[in-house]
Order: sequence, then structure tokens, then C-alpha cells
Amino acid sequence: MAERSFAREVEDLKLGEGDLFRGEGILAITKALLQSGVAYVGGYQGSPISHLMDVLADANDILDELDVVFQSSASEATAGAMLSASVMYPLRGAVAWKSTVGTNVASDALSNLASGGVKGGAMVIVGEDYGEGSSIMQERTHAFAMKSQMWLLDPRPEQSCMVNLIEKGFELSEASNTPVMLQVRVRSCHMTGEFQAKDNKRPDFTLRDALNAPKRDLDRIVLPPAAYEHEQEKIQKRWPAGVDFIKQSKLNEVFGPTGTKKTGKTGLIVVGGMYNSTIRALQFLGLCDAYGNSQLPIYVMNVAYPTIPEEVDAFCEGLDAVLVVEEGQPEYIEQAINTRIARTKRATSVHGKDYLPIGGDYTAAVITDGITRFLGDHEAERLGNRAPVPDPVPILTNPVVEKLKEVVPPRPPGLCTGCPERPIFAAMKLVFEELGEHHVSADIGCHLFSILPPFNIGATTMGYGLGAASASAFNVPGAKRSISIMGDGGFWHNGLTSGIGHAVFNKHDGVFVIVDNYYSSATGGQDILSSRAFNKRRQTNNSITDAVKGVGANWVRQIDHTYDVNQMRDVLMEALTTDAEGPKIIVASSECMLNKQRRVKPQIAKAVKDGKRMIKEKFGVDEDVCTGDHACIRLSGCPSLSVKELDDPLRDDPVASIDSTCVACGNCGEVADAAVLCPSFFRAEVTHNPNGWDRFRDRVAGSVISYLQNRREARAVSFEG
Amino acid sequence: MKDDTVKLGLKAAGQATERPISIAIVAMGGQGGGVLTGWIVALAENQGWVAQSTSVPGVAQRTGATIYYVEMMQANETGQKPILAQMPTPGDVDVVIASEYMEAGRSILRGIVTPDRTTLIASNHRALSTIEKMSPGEGIADSGAVDDAIGVVAGQEIVFDMNEMAVRNGSVISASMFGSLAASGALPFPREAYKDVIRQGGKGIEASLRAFDAAFARTEQGPDHVDPEAPQVAPAFALPQRLADTRANALVQRIRSELPEQAHQMAYLGAQKVVDFQDAAYGDEYLDLLADLTAKDAAAGGADKCFAFSATAAKYLANAMAYDDVIRVARLKTRSTRRTRVAEEVGLKDDQILNTTEFMHPRMEEVASTLPVGLAKWLIAKKGLYNWLDRRIVKGRRVRTYSLRWFLPLFFVGGLKRMRRKSLRHQTETAHRDAWLAKATGALKQNYDLAVAILCFRRLIKGYSDTHVRGLSKFDKVMATTKSISTREDAADWAQRLLTSAIKDASGDDLDGTIKTIESFQ
Repeated sequence: MAERSFAREVEDLKLGEGDLFRGEGILAITKALLQSGVAYVGGYQGSPISHLMDVLADANDILDELDVVFQSSASEATAGAMLSASVMYPLRGAVAWKSTVGTNVASDALSNLASGGVKGGAMVIVGEDYGEGSSIMQERTHAFAMKSQMWLLDPRPEQSCMVNLIEKGFELSEASNTPVMLQVRVRSCHMTGEFQAKDNKRPDFTLRDALNAPKRDLDRIVLPPAAYEHEQEKIQKRWPAGVDFIKQSKLNEVFGPTGTKKTGKTGLIVVGGMYNSTIRALQFLGLCDAYGNSQLPIYVMNVAYPTIPEEVDAFCEGLDAVLVVEEGQPEYIEQAINTRIARTKRATSVHGKDYLPIGGDYTAAVITDGITRFLGDHEAERLGNRAPVPDPVPILTNPVVEKLKEVVPPRPPGLCTGCPERPIFAAMKLVFEELGEHHVSADIGCHLFSILPPFNIGATTMGYGLGAASASAFNVPGAKRSISIMGDGGFWHNGLTSGIGHAVFNKHDGVFVIVDNYYSSATGGQDILSSRAFNKRRQTNNSITDAVKGVGANWVRQIDHTYDVNQMRDVLMEALTTDAEGPKIIVASSECMLNKQRRVKPQIAKAVKDGKRMIKEKFGVDEDVCTGDHACIRLSGCPSLSVKELDDPLRDDPVASIDSTCVACGNCGEVADAAVLCPSFFRAEVTHNPNGWDRFRDRVAGSVISYLQNRREARAVSFEG
Repeated sequence: MKDDTVKLGLKAAGQATERPISIAIVAMGGQGGGVLTGWIVALAENQGWVAQSTSVPGVAQRTGATIYYVEMMQANETGQKPILAQMPTPGDVDVVIASEYMEAGRSILRGIVTPDRTTLIASNHRALSTIEKMSPGEGIADSGAVDDAIGVVAGQEIVFDMNEMAVRNGSVISASMFGSLAASGALPFPREAYKDVIRQGGKGIEASLRAFDAAFARTEQGPDHVDPEAPQVAPAFALPQRLADTRANALVQRIRSELPEQAHQMAYLGAQKVVDFQDAAYGDEYLDLLADLTAKDAAAGGADKCFAFSATAAKYLANAMAYDDVIRVARLKTRSTRRTRVAEEVGLKDDQILNTTEFMHPRMEEVASTLPVGLAKWLIAKKGLYNWLDRRIVKGRRVRTYSLRWFLPLFFVGGLKRMRRKSLRHQTETAHRDAWLAKATGALKQNYDLAVAILCFRRLIKGYSDTHVRGLSKFDKVMATTKSISTREDAADWAQRLLTSAIKDASGDDLDGTIKTIESFQ
């Protein structure tokens, strides 16, 4: 069960011809796939594609009705390999993942897929994770598309353009026997918009048809000598076919003055994804209105790869200079266009990274600056009297704002309120206090937040599921042991073999912590093999402990309640000090609190409403016991554990305080106990709908307690009036 | 900017073209920024506008700072739709809505709040960041800096506690921010259009509308009638004339007659604290010590210094005398006001039963030090017995406060205060206290400010077990370093700096750094 439910939104996937679809980018993409007649879909979650996987999961009934097979792929490699269904059969299929990380994982499959080529349309939807909010800042999918010769679509951030490109993308794939990638950036995935819907299309040829009449064609298998032929085929057949289709279908667009109206000396060549920001930049310069009616000619490459030579020729006709707006580096498109211009000895000069920054986000402000300088050199009259553009610099250099820089604290994401991973790191910190610091290899997932304050644990992160593998060099018996951390998502993705299997085989002496929180939590709570929930379409409840024992691990400790900080600490301590040979594996299991609350909260509310006896818990701090040293916070960082100023002139420092969002996970109390902090934490337990015995016990205890309290308090010195 | 106007002989090409209305919502993950964004988009679309929102979710949902962005515009007369941008351009944002005050500050640093364009709608409540919470003392960022900046950067500013207003109306902050947006007049839509959007939603419609209306009214009317010109003077503290309880009254009269006025408030509060800790006699002991310190203060020319030494001593001496021991904790946990406070905190209703569980981890040190000096020393000397007892005592205990099984022993421990003054702990605390006071008074003649600073060092001693030990060691370090520079004229400044670095940093690296600096110029 995923963190976000699209149960209501997927109803919109049933819209047909003539209806107006209105919603988020990922839903538009899903709708486009259904309109294209896909026979199968798959993929692996990860921002910004997580929600696409959630939509597909929530839309499973609709997919069933259309005979579309949906698989939650074990990894991007699985998803990439899944496209092989389109090699021998006229089956359209699409898979999705976060890129470039997912494309890295899928590369082996993609190379083979692209070599043999496809019969049915095969499409990879990549959530291009470049720039702000990304995990891998500097890399682009473009390089993968080029090396494997897969066409790369980069639609303008407008839903009807995205939907059209997906539909046309399948045709392109079939026309050129080449798998296609369609990239959507983070903001486009979560961008709202609308488009004219069409009817969903049931695949003409289904997987059932394929299985009942299997085919094999030796020419399509990546084995010599066929593999040598594939190279020639790519160059001589598929490439020209692809270029022809792109030209004929007009996948790329030209805006602004054309024909006789094209009288200026300059133009812009823009990849689809950069279009909106470019238009905004032109608006700032007074060269375009808000509706895209530009005074400069613009060639929009919705197909980022390959470049269409004739289109480039036609666009550059009569222009002295063009500026290529292409985010990231190397400047593949600029190079391709330069090559074309140089070979044809055209007089147009090609610019790009000489006016625009080599790296970083191409925001409207950045593009405005680039275009201004480009036009200043090549067609300065376009800039007119250079009316001022939005400029925050005077404000940002104001001393009052400068001062603010030192005040505003950083606020990186962190573990949620009640996260079961918090006590694991609290325990680890306590162990380090006794045994000293250790080398810790981290992984990708929520647990990576341990790198930040207050825990400051973790030295490297090498990729999803590679936490254990990235400790592999540190196999030095007798030295301080290395610790590696890996989530359950990464474990099933590849960590079982790349990390644990490796450690067992090589008799690695390190400690391996597998954080099992019942979901692929960081990506939005998707079910995985070891999820505990019942899922009617998937087999869950497969134990991680059994899996690691299955590959031969001997020293395995299962912890079923990570909040028991004492136990957690003792097990870590044992793992770091035991004489046992081989990897020391700790499986620390407790349910992701975000998902647990979503599951349990309505149940409890209903039970209380139905008059059932329920105990609701919340933690609190006795502010007169708390001394305000905040040691508890340095072992927690829980969002609900904060500090507050007291209205007591005798005290200087704010005391700990727990707000109403506390979910009573128990970490505060356990840490206070394990670290012998202070007795100021308490857990308040409120019994709703108490039974007779509860009432009786409360009455008896209450009367004794009141008697004693009254007696003591009556004797006390009173400073009242 | 280059100005080619004259050189090129061109006519004015005009300003930038008309752009969509742009709204940035800066929030922390999980704060409901997505809900507000959805409302704004629906609002515009219901009015026939084209609207687009973008966001970067993912890890930002997990409590980090994040930004949602909306643009809206009408189609043109030929039906062409506007091209909407996906992220805010600094200097070109019409409305910024901040759901937390430091996030408002962050939006200013992003350059998206500018005086020519931007309406800033900000809730001035604080949700503290981890960094602020972590420091072992006061580490909270200064909201005043955000106040100042908003005054400079915002075209229109709407700032109040929107969270509190929402909670008061049983709703969440998105509703009150939506109300402020409606009242700001930044968007050309009528109030009812906003409310219709809320009504289209699913849950808590009534509460959302209440919060919306309250925020709308508050935004229109401005803050409650406080004359901003009238200086905010805290009412001067006045000792009560007399108290009904003769024991308390005697102490109040002593404060009045023996201490300078500047120390009255702290001494009054301090007396209450130590009496509550022990008894009226302990209050007299406190005042005896204070009277002695005041005399020394006066002799050192304290009158010219507003008796800062006496007032500071009144504060920290009370804290030193009311040290944290098991007896104090047991008393605090078992008093009736405590249960009342917890009941209020959890919103206890009549038909519900409250209990609490304490997480106690008594150590043998604490137990032994509560014993009378002789017995405690004997026990500590008997290593075998001590360790045997230690093994039995040291473990985490879950104490069910309001069950008789646990309340009675807790209550009993609270009653041990009668023998507290004979305990080893009391002896230790008294010796430490006297040594500290001696150092402070020792410095008084030579450097008044330094003496005050030494009194303030007491602030470092707090917490239990390891934290307490660390606090003591910091106190010792600060004290020793101060002693080494006590003859310098600027010794008080350095003492203050030492204290600040010791409070800010738990690891002690900052403090060690300051100490190194001091050692370097000796």
C-alpha cells in the first residue's frame, strides 16, 4: 500500500474521446499509455516516477479490463529486460524509472534490447532527475540514449504535447525498430494541466497471443554473427527510418516568424523541456508574449536525440547565429548541430555553452541572461532600449537581508515523526560512545538521513542496495569492524546478492544492518517482497532473515522492535565484538510510521467511536524536571520533539517539549533509559471507553493518591496571596 | 546593465510583456502546502483561468523545506493558452505564502520577495529546525531578523500566527493562509469563489471555513488595536506586601529589608524555588547567603552597577541550591498539579482514564548519594556490596505513576527530603556551591563584571548522569580558563564568550576552540 492513494484520480483514466482530462503529469502519462494500446507495463519506483508506479498499481483493475499486464519490477534491470517481450512480438510495452540512477541499473538490458531492436513499440519513461531536488545532480539520460542508440523524446512541458509524444513515440519505435526513451523532468511529473482525451485502446496483440504462438528469430538475438549485423542495421536501416518518421510526423516544432516573416539574424534551438523557461526569458526581454508568440524564431526539439539534419538546415537558413538551450553537460545537441553546420559549410554560427552556464538549472533568470548576451553580440537591436528585467540583487545585497543569511537555519529532510529507524541510529551513537567511531557505509533510502544532524552517521553512499557492497574492501580481520546499512528496498533490489552474498562468500568480517520497515518507504511506501501487508496481487511476507540464511549467512540477528534501544544497542555491541567468523547480519524490523499511522489511525478512531476500549498514547516532558540540555534531541531529531521557552526568569534555556503530532513510538522514553538521560519523559495513556475494572482500579488508586497529595500539599509553605 | 540606447538610436522597446500571476508557497514537507496549492489551482480554474502548479515532492515530504509554485492567466482573445513557467523567477513573484516564519526568511533569501511586486503572506509561528533544537542551551534563531527583512522586502505584508488561528478553529494552516490570500486582494477573485473551493473538498469543510473566515477578518482588520507608538514596558516587579502563610511572609519581609530592589524579583522566585525544594529553613539559608553576597556587592560599588551581582546571584544560587536529585524528581512526579497538567495536555475527558509511564533509570550513584554521608561513604568503600547492589538497582524501570504499586514508593522517596540535608549529595553540592561563590566574590573587588560572569557559569551545570558530568567538566574548564585571564581588563568579555561557546555546542569543540584562542594570547 503506497503512501499516496490515487484511487480517485485513476477513475479519470477511463475518460474517452471528447472528454477533457485534467490532472497531474503522471496521470496524463498513464492515460497516454492506455490510449497507445500498450500490452504490458512495469517499472521501479523512485522520485519523480514513484507516483507513476502508484497510479499503475491503483489502476490495476482498469489495466485488467484492457488486458494490460502490470508488473512491479524487482529493479530497473528487470524492467529493462521486460521490454524484451517486444523483440519477437508486435507488443507495445512501457516501463518507467528514475534516471539516471535507474538507467544505470538497466543499462545491460537496454544495450541488448537496442542491439537486436524491437518489433513492437518499446518505451522507457524516465523521470529525469537533473537539477533542483535531484539525487544525482550532474548526469543526464541523453548519454545512455546515444550510446545504445535509443531515440530520446523530451516533450515541451505541456500535457497535450507529452501525450502526443507518447502515442507517436510507439509508432516511431515500431517504424525504426528502435526502443524509445521519453524523459519528463521532476516538475513536469507533478505539473497540473489538461488535454483532450481519446478512448483507451486494447492491445491488438496480447501477451496471451504471444505465449500461445511463440516465435524465435535468430537474427534478433544478440549473438555473433547476428550481433555484427545489428550494428549495420542500426546505421543503415533504423537510423534513417527514425529520422524519416520524426520528420514526417513533425515531432519537432518551429515557433515564431517563419517564411518571409523570418527577417531577423538570430534564432533559438531549444530542447522541449526547456521551452517554458525560454518563453519566460523572452517575455522578460519583451520579445514574446505570454502565449508564446515570439519575435525570435524558435526550433523546439521535442526529440532530443537524434538530431534531424534537414530540419536544422531549414531552421538555420538565413540566420547568422543560433543559440542552443540545452541543460547540463556535455553539450551533446550543440555538438550535433555544430557538426551538421560544419559539414554543410553553412555560415551560421552555433552557440550554446559559451553564453549559457555549463552546468546547473536553466531557470528563466539564467536563460534571460544568456539570451541577452547572445543577442547583444549578434543582433543587439532586438534588445531595444534594454528595459530592466526582474532583478533580486538589490534586495539580496541589502544589509538587512544579508544578515538574514546567518539567521535562517538549514532545513534538510529528515526521519519522520516516530520513524523506526531513529532508534537504530540512536543505539549506534550510544555504541560509538563506548567503542569509538566506526566506518559506516550508507545506502540509498530514508536511513540516509542519518548522515545529517543529529546523528552524523555514514561516510559514503554508492547507490541503491549497494550499502553492503560498498563496505566490501573493508574486510580486515582484527581491525575495527566496518558497519554497512541497507534498507529492505535496496536489499531486494540487489543487496541480497551484491552485498550479503558477496560478504558470505568472501567471509567478510563486517557488520551488516538491514533496515526492514515493511515497505520501500523512501520512494513512497510501495510493497516489496518482505512487506507484511496482504496484497491480493503480490506475494508478500517473505522473510529477509530467511533470505540471508538462504545464501549462507550464519550470524544473523532478527530484531522485531527497533524501538527497544537497549536491545538494539546490545545486538550492535555483540556484532562488533563477537569472535564469530563471516558477516554479522542484523535485520532490524519495525513498520514505517508514516504508513503505519495511515493504516492504524482510522482503525483506532473507528474502534473508539464504536465504544470499544482503546488506549491512546502520547509522550510528554515534565518541564520542571527537564534541565534544558537537549541531550535527548541530539539522540533523536524527531520533528515532534522540540524545545520551548519557559516563562520563568530563573531559567535561561528552553526545555524539551513534545507537540501534538507525537505518535508515541516510544523512542524518547527508550533513549532516555538506554542513555541514562533524565526522567523527564513520560508516556501518557488515555483509556477510552474504560471497562468496569478500569474504573474500579482508577477510583481506588485515585482516592488514595488524592489523600496523600492533599496531606503533603496542605503542609507545604504557601506563597499564595 | 549595459545601456546601448543612445548608441543604437532605437526607440523604446517597452517593458517586459504581461506575465501570469505567480504564487510561490514555501513550506515544510507534510505541512499541507499541497492542499493549499490544489485549492489555488481549483480557484483559478473555476473562474475560467488557465492554472498550473508544480512541486518537487519525494524526500521533501519528509519534513524538509520545500516549495510549491502556481501560475495562472486567462487565455487570450484568440483562445491561445498562456505558456506557464515551472519555477519562480527571483524578482518576479506576485504572492509568496510561507507556512512558517524561518521559511518566510528562506523565501526572502531566494530573492522571490521584492518590494515592487510581492505580497508576502507569512505565519510567524516557529517550527524549530534540528540544528536549533540540538544545541545544549539556547539555540533558537532570531525571528527579529525576519521581521526586519520583511519590512524591507515585501510590497504588502500579512504576518500573524496563522497556525494558531487554524488550530483554534479546529482546522489546519492551509485554511487560514487561504483566508489571508483571499483578503489580500492579490488575486482578482471574489471571497465566495474561495469558499466554494473549500466546499468542493472532502474533509473538515466547516472547520476550514471557520479558519478561513477568521483569517480573512484578521487580514482585513489588521492586528488587534495595539498602539504601536506606545512603548511596551514590562510592569515593574513589586514584592507582595504580606503573605497569609507566616513562614512565607517572613521570607518576603527579609527580602524587602535585606536585599536591594534590583534583586527582589529573582530573590522572591528563588526563595520559592528553594523552599519548594526543601523547606522554609532552607529559604532562610538561601537569604543568609544572598545577604552576605549583597554586602560584598555593595562594598565593591554594586550600587553603581544596579546590583547586578546580587540579582544574578539570586538567580543562580537558587538553581544551585535546588539541584536535581531523586527526591526532587519523585516529588515533582507525584504532585497533584502535575497530573492536572498532563490531563490538560492530552485533553482528557470525563469518561476517560489517565495514567502515565515514567522512564526511570536510577543508578547506584544516585541511590548512594541520597544516603546520609557516613552510610554512603561506608557503602562506597565496600566495593563488593556496592557492586552487588548496583547490579540490582541499575536498570531501566517503567514506572506506572498512578498505580498504587508505583505511586506509593515514589511518594515515599519524595518524603525523604527530611534527611536530604544529611545526605552525601547535599554535602557535595554545598561544597561545590561554596567554592563557586568564593571564586565569584574573590573576583568582585578586582573586576565586577567578571564576578557576575562567574556567577552565570552555573548555567552550565544541568542534566543527569553523563550529561551532568559533562556539564560539570565544562564548568571546570570554563572556570580554570577564566582564572588564567582574570587579571586582564577584558576578562569578563572572554568569560562571556567561553560561556556562549560552551552552551552552543554539545561536543565541546567550540569551547575548546575558544580556550585555544585564549591560550594563544597569553
